[in-house]
Amino acid sequence: MTLALRQPSVIPGFGITLGFTLFYLGLILLIPIGAFLLYTAQMSWADFWQAVSHRQVVASYKLSFGASLIAALLNLVFGAIVAWVLVRYRFFGKRVIDALVDLPFAMPTAVAGIALVTLYASTGWVGQYLEILGLRVAYTQLGVVVALTYIGLPFVVRTVQPVLEDLDRELEEASAILGANRLTTLRRVILPALLPALLTGFALAFARALGEYGSVIFIAGNLPFRTEITPLLIVAKAEQYDYPGAAAIGTVMLLAAFVLLLLINALQWWTARYTRR
Amino acid sequence: MSIEIEHINKRYGHFTAVDDVSLSLPEGQLTALLGPSGSGKTTLLRIIAGLEFPDSGRIRFHGEDATDVHVSRRGVGFVFQHYALFKHMTVFDNVAYGLTVKPRRLRPGKAEIRTRVMRLLELVQLDWTANRLPSQLSGGQRQRIALARALAVEPKVLLLDEPFGALDAKVRAELRRWLRRLHDEIHLTSVFVTHDQEEALEVSDRIVVMNQGRVEQEGTPEEVYDHPANPFVFSFLGQVNLFHARVQDGQARIGDLALPTSTPEDQPQGHGLAYVRPHDIEILPDGSAQGALAAVIEGITVVGPTARLELKVAGGKDLIHAELPKSRLRSLGLSRGSDTWVRPLNSRVFMDNGARAS
Repeated sequence: MTLALRQPSVIPGFGITLGFTLFYLGLILLIPIGAFLLYTAQMSWADFWQAVSHRQVVASYKLSFGASLIAALLNLVFGAIVAWVLVRYRFFGKRVIDALVDLPFAMPTAVAGIALVTLYASTGWVGQYLEILGLRVAYTQLGVVVALTYIGLPFVVRTVQPVLEDLDRELEEASAILGANRLTTLRRVILPALLPALLTGFALAFARALGEYGSVIFIAGNLPFRTEITPLLIVAKAEQYDYPGAAAIGTVMLLAAFVLLLLINALQWWTARYTRR
Repeated sequence: MSIEIEHINKRYGHFTAVDDVSLSLPEGQLTALLGPSGSGKTTLLRIIAGLEFPDSGRIRFHGEDATDVHVSRRGVGFVFQHYALFKHMTVFDNVAYGLTVKPRRLRPGKAEIRTRVMRLLELVQLDWTANRLPSQLSGGQRQRIALARALAVEPKVLLLDEPFGALDAKVRAELRRWLRRLHDEIHLTSVFVTHDQEEALEVSDRIVVMNQGRVEQEGTPEEVYDHPANPFVFSFLGQVNLFHARVQDGQARIGDLALPTSTPEDQPQGHGLAYVRPHDIEILPDGSAQGALAAVIEGITVVGPTARLELKVAGGKDLIHAELPKSRLRSLGLSRGSDTWVRPLNSRVFMDNGARAS
């Protein structure tokens, strides 16, 4: 018995598109990742363990994963609200705001980082007032969260927006006619419908935050054990020609991120089960 | 619970969707709002439900003003054309929704909800689908679930917006017969919107014919079909042939054929239009009968047991349509191009007011 890879189909091009997909992913994704895993594999287990479990490195994992998680959660909530406003209401300047959402994609991250630190420094426009409240953003872990939130905003907005646009208004009307108030309708009808898109947006924002470098290093201040993110440590090691050390930390990041994304994908698959047939 | 609609107006910009409509929908009856698209029937239904707000006018349920009552407290059941079932909930949860969102002190217990939902699912004959998702059901089944969901909150009135519009012909015919039987069982004051005259004639107790935001006629299906108030109602309720006629002394004359009219005899002579349904056109083998008009058969279509003829009357411009049993067509021995004779059996004559002088 032969294993049927493809179903007979009238849509042509299965072979060539699948082939191209594999080739392309291999070229763009797998070969670089493979090369760098290979690099790590040359290290002895002891060296590897020493490189990835150093206290300074562990502190950076905590900051990177923690701040990315907080930033992605912030984006989840506020991105959903931005998407809601952009889809549901008509107001002056809507198109401008819609275009603004994409700015974090387009702006060089270093520019964003410098802009943020100028704003949030204790003498900056925003920072001087936060200082009165006793809040310091620049050169603290809070600053890392601010930068990661900034670069992650478009992901949730752009994934939720089209789903919300397609959401049938009749569902909300049906809910209201059956006696539900707005909050109940939101909780029991709208949010479940948006959940898969919210999770996708969250995963993308989280992944992007994990890998972010440019904007964070300006605002973080990069104090060892306090405000050093893992990507910064990797760059620092590479600059000192400690390529194996950099590759080792990169491997840990890669695996951790992969496992987390896999979990989020599984969750998303589960929440979207009713849309499949 | 009767529904009184008093001078309802609704405009969208320059478009008048509902134009000063007043209606009284009697308790326990199934009323059809019938009209072409854009006639305001759906807007009127949504105003009754509380999904739209009228610019002016009042809605009363059993005499009580409901115009400003919020949709969630109006106590109506609503069935949407495209079902609007909650996709992420099972059939059971969909039907139970209206009960589970009640404020805690009014909410029935879990066991009570279960009994009521299962009873409703039995009523729509779908109790075996309780644990399925809506996406696993056919269109007709989904619409029955939507109906069960609407009935779960024990509404005072049931409103249906083109409930069979999205279904295929066979399911649609089954479901509307089923709805009629269901209505006979539960006797809930119901209003349904349709653009399908056959559906309205078959299912409803009363028909309200709407056009351009206004009510053209209301009455029982028989009244509306047999005594259409105006040319619009006549032509909307089925296919129709037009004959130009001279109206004189209370009679309409087409050639030497005289048709009765409802116009008084002292009305001045004028030009009228005689409306005749295809099945009211008699096909005759010869011209001996009084008033027969010579015609040529231009086309024959046989649909099941019925033959539909397209004929051209001598001297006439337009094709006329006639319907007769296939067996009668055989016995007359007619085919395309045959010469024959036609005579309108029943007609309704409306005066032609100006515009089209011929």
